[in-house]
Amino acid sequence: MATTTSYRTCSISGLQFESRAEKLIAANAVAGVVFLLIGGLLALGVALTRWPSVHWLQADKFYQVLTAHGLNMLIFWMIFFEIALLYFCASTLLRCRIATPKIAWLAFALMLVGAAMNNVAVYQGASSVMMTSYVPMPATPSFYLGLVLFAVGALIGCFVFFGTLVVAKRDKTYEGSIPLVTFGAVTAAIIAVFTIASGAIILVPTWLWSIGVVKEVDPLIYRLVWWGLGHSSQQINVAAQISVWYLVAAVAFGAKPMSERVSRGAFLLYILFLQLASAHHLLADPGVSTNWKVLNTSYFMYFAVLASMIHGLTVPGAMEVAQRQKGFTRGLFEWLRRAPWGNPTFSGVFISIIGFGFLGGISGVMMGTEQLNMIIHNTIYVPGHFHATVVVGTTLTFMALTYYLLPVLFKREVINPGLAKLQPYLFGLAMYVFCLVMMGAGTLGVPRRHWDLGFGGMPGAYEWPGAAYLMMGLVGISGVVAIIGGALYIYLTVGTLLWGRKVAVAGASAQPTPIPPTAPTLAAQSYGSLGFAAPGTFVLAMVFLVSFVLYYFVNWKYLSTLWGMS
Amino acid sequence: MTAILPPAERLWWKHPLDRVEGTWIAIAFVWCMVMFFMMIYWHINGRQNLSTETYKASPEAYQARAEAWASQYTVRVDETTGNPVVAPPAGGDAYLIARLWSFWPTLELEKDKTYRLHLYSMDYNHGFSLQPSNINIQVVPGYEHVVTVTPNQSGTYSVVCNEFCGIGHHTMVGTLYVK
Repeated sequence: MATTTSYRTCSISGLQFESRAEKLIAANAVAGVVFLLIGGLLALGVALTRWPSVHWLQADKFYQVLTAHGLNMLIFWMIFFEIALLYFCASTLLRCRIATPKIAWLAFALMLVGAAMNNVAVYQGASSVMMTSYVPMPATPSFYLGLVLFAVGALIGCFVFFGTLVVAKRDKTYEGSIPLVTFGAVTAAIIAVFTIASGAIILVPTWLWSIGVVKEVDPLIYRLVWWGLGHSSQQINVAAQISVWYLVAAVAFGAKPMSERVSRGAFLLYILFLQLASAHHLLADPGVSTNWKVLNTSYFMYFAVLASMIHGLTVPGAMEVAQRQKGFTRGLFEWLRRAPWGNPTFSGVFISIIGFGFLGGISGVMMGTEQLNMIIHNTIYVPGHFHATVVVGTTLTFMALTYYLLPVLFKREVINPGLAKLQPYLFGLAMYVFCLVMMGAGTLGVPRRHWDLGFGGMPGAYEWPGAAYLMMGLVGISGVVAIIGGALYIYLTVGTLLWGRKVAVAGASAQPTPIPPTAPTLAAQSYGSLGFAAPGTFVLAMVFLVSFVLYYFVNWKYLSTLWGMS
Repeated sequence: MTAILPPAERLWWKHPLDRVEGTWIAIAFVWCMVMFFMMIYWHINGRQNLSTETYKASPEAYQARAEAWASQYTVRVDETTGNPVVAPPAGGDAYLIARLWSFWPTLELEKDKTYRLHLYSMDYNHGFSLQPSNINIQVVPGYEHVVTVTPNQSGTYSVVCNEFCGIGHHTMVGTLYVK
């Protein structure tokens, strides 16, 4: 068991990296960024084609590029980075060796082979079936097989993570409970197991169908189980990104959670209820009952939404409390004004929190309401919503984390810090606009995954209002600006790995240094005002709530003017 | 201490709730309940609820039924598309076939009358997206979905396919008249 490994303590962060875990974290993170690069190049094709006055790619190329864009971004980039994050939250934060590093490398190889195989299948041209690959529209067998291999690899990665938690517990590298961030990572990993199992359960028979072994896969069962993968994989993102928010609050401010109980309880609600959201995709379907829809789409009475609203308060709340302790106590918002806006790790996360809540969260709950879903289902409102959650939310958060990890994990100083300062603003704010105009176009009925607003000149086709063309033009423009922001990130990270100045590394030791137990602090808090520890955050939360309530009921109002349906 | 370290207090779950958090949780919980019961309320008092009436049907059987029905109620041929325009009696069935890459036939309904609209796909998943109202329903192959509709405005509507269904997806559009 005791093979050669060593532990180094980072001089900047105080984090302790085990050498074998470190290589695995780096490999998975780099693989993720490679798929982000591929997905970003493909995004250019999508944005420039849906921009009506540019309409760049031919229809077949467009559908092909859109298929690959979805898979590379939503599956390959995110899950590779999340596996890196899981290893980090276990081995690094708990200061222990990683369990079964050879099996972890096997998982990495399977994921890489699977992702490559799936990409090749799409570029060969006979698998332009979109990320969802609804049966009976056929793709080539290697399309499904690639996804299955990737899923198996990711599943193994999750179990390496669980194994590492066991190692830390057994080796007593920490005392008491695991840190909140690791707790969030456990949440993400549990959701990941559910997600990946759903994927395997539906994609294995679909692969067998594609090679002629299975006669038929029921289209409705496919949709039901596939969304256990398709939607739940985004829930891995949510749990992972919120863990990173807590992490960044800790490293950028030294903030401690307002209350461990509340934050962990909110993660627990995710484990229990977040998966039910895959029902959102079946709200406009035949064959599922009203009771099933109402209970599932509301994540069991909105308990998972409640959890997100809690995190949305406690993360900035913890930052506010930490800032107030440093003396930034004037008014409601001095703590925010004096935040480190020039630090891309903080600015990225803060832009992400606001965008995720206001744009992604509100729109998500609105469209996930059983009846309201009818006014947006499959319109471009849907990608408008999920770009706010997975791009503004997850991708931007992971970008922000990268700026922290470059010196700490990769031992390089960021090249061009000025550009790094700018990048989260350019990318995040362009994505804000992108999501808003997409949602605007969706409320006008513009369909998603559609090559031509002009319907290829079909006689008697629908004529979209001018506003739809305007919105789609803005989608193209803001999309291109966001892609430039994404390209900056790729340039900064790849450039830093290649040319960044090396950070001095402290000597390594053969044994891990356990986390020293921390002395309990007094619970009494004397900062804040009116007995509120974080009054500024509370005001922000109330602004959020008012926007939420208004937007929610505006949509009911519109629904009430439509055809009667029963 | 911070979120990346084990909690300093071993009994962290006994730590009292902060006032900001407690207040916010209470408000958020109430709002969640409002949203939950709003869906149920709309089933009781709202007029727009999607039917769940569904039958499994084979493409041949559905097509035969739809064609027999259409031959009975066809009133004219739509000049622009060449599709038959079918005007079923109020309260009756209205069939729609979605297939690569068209909707058949063209329906003509009457304002404020109720119809049993049958949606069915012959091949892949399709979308029934009624414009400019923006009512969207998934059409899944093999499943006949019967939706009771009551048009409340007269005019010319379009039915846009908004589920990706292959290379001709963006040409899949039909017309629906309400008198």
